[in-house]
Amino acid sequence: MKWLIVLLSLSAFGQVPFERIANADKEPGSWLTYSRNLQGHRFSPLTEITPANVGKLKVKWAYQFPEANNEVSPIVADGVMYISGPNTATALDTKTGRSLWSWKRTVPTDYRNVGFGKVNRGPAIMDDMLYVATLDCYLVALDIKSGVERWSTKVADYKMGYSLTVAPLAIKGKVVIGVSGGETGIRGFIDAYDSKTGKQSWRIWTVPAAGEKGVETWAGDSWKTGGGSSWVTGAYDPELNLVYWGVGNPGPDWNGDSRAGDNLYTCSMLAIDAATGQMRWHFQFTPHDTHDWDSTHVPILFDGEVGGRKRKLLANANRNAFYYLLDRETGEFLSGKPYARQTWAKGLNDQGKPIVIPNMEPSEKGTLVYPNLNGATIWFSPSYSPQTGLVYVPVRELGAIYFKRPAVYKPGTFFAGGGENSLPADDAYGAIRALDAKTGAMRWEFRQSSPPWAGVLSTAGGIVFSGTTEGNAFALDARTGKPLWEFQCGGGIGSNPISFTIDGRQMLAITADRVLYVFGL
Amino acid sequence: MMFRLILLFTAGVAYAQSPPELAQGQALFETHCTLCHGVNGKGSRGPSLTKAKLAKAPDDAALKKLIENGLEPEMPGSWFLTEPDVEHLIVYVRSLGKIASEPVVGNALRGASLYAQNKCSTCHIVAGEGSGFGPELTEIATRRSPSHLRESIISPAATLPEGFLMIDVKTASGRTLRGIRANEDPFTVQIKDASGRFHSFRKSELSTLNKLRGQSPMPAYKLSPTDLNDLVAYLASLGAKQ
Repeated sequence: MKWLIVLLSLSAFGQVPFERIANADKEPGSWLTYSRNLQGHRFSPLTEITPANVGKLKVKWAYQFPEANNEVSPIVADGVMYISGPNTATALDTKTGRSLWSWKRTVPTDYRNVGFGKVNRGPAIMDDMLYVATLDCYLVALDIKSGVERWSTKVADYKMGYSLTVAPLAIKGKVVIGVSGGETGIRGFIDAYDSKTGKQSWRIWTVPAAGEKGVETWAGDSWKTGGGSSWVTGAYDPELNLVYWGVGNPGPDWNGDSRAGDNLYTCSMLAIDAATGQMRWHFQFTPHDTHDWDSTHVPILFDGEVGGRKRKLLANANRNAFYYLLDRETGEFLSGKPYARQTWAKGLNDQGKPIVIPNMEPSEKGTLVYPNLNGATIWFSPSYSPQTGLVYVPVRELGAIYFKRPAVYKPGTFFAGGGENSLPADDAYGAIRALDAKTGAMRWEFRQSSPPWAGVLSTAGGIVFSGTTEGNAFALDARTGKPLWEFQCGGGIGSNPISFTIDGRQMLAITADRVLYVFGL
Repeated sequence: MMFRLILLFTAGVAYAQSPPELAQGQALFETHCTLCHGVNGKGSRGPSLTKAKLAKAPDDAALKKLIENGLEPEMPGSWFLTEPDVEHLIVYVRSLGKIASEPVVGNALRGASLYAQNKCSTCHIVAGEGSGFGPELTEIATRRSPSHLRESIISPAATLPEGFLMIDVKTASGRTLRGIRANEDPFTVQIKDASGRFHSFRKSELSTLNKLRGQSPMPAYKLSPTDLNDLVAYLASLGAKQ
């Protein structure tokens, strides 16, 4: 009878019910959502690896992907690691790295990735299902025990330039996803699907249509090809029941002539009612962007006292080189300051709008602007440590000469209106910068030889982990930035690290190009 | 040798295309390719195309295939382009890498003697002869114009190749080394010394690491106008089509 009750309860709630995800800190050895917690922290409460012993980290096992340039952030639940690649998913035994099952969906021969690599940033897990987004725009639910497909839903038409590279976000009863395609004149959106059936729960367009509020920020019909992709996983506040999700650049990217206006809601943060999909508030970081500075970043949600008042906060180190602090209940701008070299704005006004320096737009002859099109940071995750109160941001320091050219819309093809020439590699560098979460003031930096493409993990053991473009997986002291350990992985690191346990022992997992490494003491 | 130089000049002229094709190719390039390859093909997210030889597209057939099918995992194919579109793009891409045809007035045979007399092989390799401290010159004519070669001889520090960096290091134990940076990451650096040997250091072992930006180990040669013309003629013949 007892077993029957257990079986019934398992079938009703599944192996990884939402409550496990929402209470991530109760199981520090797991990694149940993209950023480990729904608040976007990418912080591990594990404490075994410390500044004193991190130098002894050794490879425990490695897994080879069939594809190059993997950007995956794995999920770890109950002794199994779930990873994904472009149109693939695999379950690995966490003790050995051996594959337990794998799944693949054929990429159509006429699929084209326009403006981004053929990548996948990770799966999501909830109840008994693993959720994977595919390049050809399907959201697929797999049985976590077998890899068998339980449902798949067509999200968009890849022939129109849409694509899915994002790691889905599983919240209570729903799976939220965003789209890639900001260089093809798509009209972007963020969707939620019923986690059991795959039926669409809601869609919020990131660019308003004729007759809708906000369309007055688009000249003529330019909203129809306005871009506004949503290709990086957001965050979720269960108490407010709000999903926070960043929106990408307007189209065409570098030629704003046809789209006079602020171009809402591109380059913005949206707060979305998880029940209805209605927008609660928006905050636009870069009005009328002409530098391809998507605001698609993992939002960091934390609480703190600002101006003598306890607030629910949202922090965002933006691709436009400014660090922002917002009130996440209202969207009110609280403060902002540059955290990297930028030459396009004198600063931010009281409402957080940039005070733009004239003539910094792309031009026929070329305009030198910092940062370059990939921004001061981009899709890879920052990390927030509640222990140190610091936000750790991988920073790219380089400028570019931006050019404006004509843009002709043809579905599914480049609709960019120009481009850039990056400055010589010798003039560029990278860094991990530790910013005071409430003020954006820099506490320390660790310089890298070139601009990074990897995210950051911080831990309760006092470590910050990340990787370099030259292939070094490395550890820093979370309080000082002092380097403590490094390992040459043999391939550039362009992924987000995670930490979990095997038999109670803390591990670090990070992917370098084709190889996922697991390190432990 | 003059015969060879005349042929080189002729070959350069043969590459010239009718302006409409080039202009159409440029327009297509600016619409579809500049995001990654930069305006004028100088490189951005993707590689620079301003090279005489493209490793992934050594000939026009390979370039056509590459443009049509793309290159995994980053470069998309171009199913949306017509056959003439692709041909115009090829014309434009090839124009990016064309080494400017300049009249070469010197005597290359005499230039070869000057190359030997000035002991250039102490630092450069031509056809396997010499030391690899400085850039390899075996096919330098495919990468550098005669005027650039001339400038490199007169003023080497002003014409350093991208990524070419001379550095000085001193270890904690007092050992010093000057050489060319082969690799660098935040934790290590690899250096090639004047004999062509590689040395690897962890940065934590070093007491100093000086990057000698804008400096070249090559002296600025003060040659007579005739000698300079002849040496340039020799270098401009290296790797040139015969």
